[in-house]
Amino acid sequence: MSALESAQKIKAKFGDLISEPAEFRGEITVSLADAEQILPVCEFAKKEMGFNYLVDISSIDNYGDQPRWTVVYHLRAIVNGVEIRIKTDVNEEKSELPSVLPVWRTANWHEREIYDMMGIRFSGHPDLRRILMWEGYPYFPLRKDFPLAGKPSELPGIAFTKPAPLEGGPFVTVAGGKDAISREPRIRNPEE
Amino acid sequence: MRTETEIGYNSKIEGDVVVTRVDAALNWFRKNSVWPMPMGLACCAIELMAVGASRFDISRFGSEVMRFSPRQADCMIVAGTVTYKMAMCVKRIYDQMPEPKWVIAMGACASTGGMYRSYAVLQGVDNIIPVDIYISGCPPRPEAVLDALMKLQAKIGTQPILENLTAVKALQNH
Repeated sequence: MSALESAQKIKAKFGDLISEPAEFRGEITVSLADAEQILPVCEFAKKEMGFNYLVDISSIDNYGDQPRWTVVYHLRAIVNGVEIRIKTDVNEEKSELPSVLPVWRTANWHEREIYDMMGIRFSGHPDLRRILMWEGYPYFPLRKDFPLAGKPSELPGIAFTKPAPLEGGPFVTVAGGKDAISREPRIRNPEE
Repeated sequence: MRTETEIGYNSKIEGDVVVTRVDAALNWFRKNSVWPMPMGLACCAIELMAVGASRFDISRFGSEVMRFSPRQADCMIVAGTVTYKMAMCVKRIYDQMPEPKWVIAMGACASTGGMYRSYAVLQGVDNIIPVDIYISGCPPRPEAVLDALMKLQAKIGTQPILENLTAVKALQNH
């Protein structure tokens, strides 16, 4: 069964909850309209479609747009090598969606990382602690409104942070410049 | 061994005796047996392993005895990126080392934070512990580490020991 057929089968099962499969460079993505339904969709994908490997869960901060968060599940069926992606949106007020840990146990650390970096919570997760930063760090550093240099924080006896000197940076490389001078890393602010 | 040369001292008169200052002798012992505490935190630690291995062979300088307990170490070689999460651990390990102790910051990350101008990385280990020698490079060549060790030895060789002793201080006050 190809990725497209898999996606169509999921759509046939869940109807309007699932968008039409979108294809980009041979990869299939479907969107789930209601993030609360992620668990039954994933359960169906694993049990009926054979997607027995959760490659990754990633998250996107659509800063300035609504809904703010997009959570992306990358699924793979090891038996035949088929991969699909399931995207779902979560609004900022809620910032919570069900954990898929009952389906794939590897979701445990993926979801902890998203909680650590983006601050999206996963209901039903048995151990939703930070995984990279320390307990008590007050920010979510991969959010778009978090400065690249970081913010000061202090947790006595555990850790502290200070803003990093950027010396006018960030230094950004632009791909596809016509010569080495236009391609080399230079101070480029996002608004320019 | 009795020697007939007269370079340095006259063996006919003095026998097997070398005249030196006490702190020069003590420093000579110290600088040729600097036991490193390998604080390997990132890729620089791989180069540090190369320094210890046979091609570069840090034991030529008396520093082959890598101590994984800070209580037996003289010189902490901070090899790699010091994250804020690790910073207090590095400081705590440094505090456990007995005096006298020295620190080598190996590579760009340990010296300044390197390419990580980031929320997660301490911008130079000298923010938390005193550093004696900085090594540039990303990562530094093993020769650079050996050069740093030789510079550290030169520094140790000039450090006054005796005037810090309590008995000597009491004498000077008399």
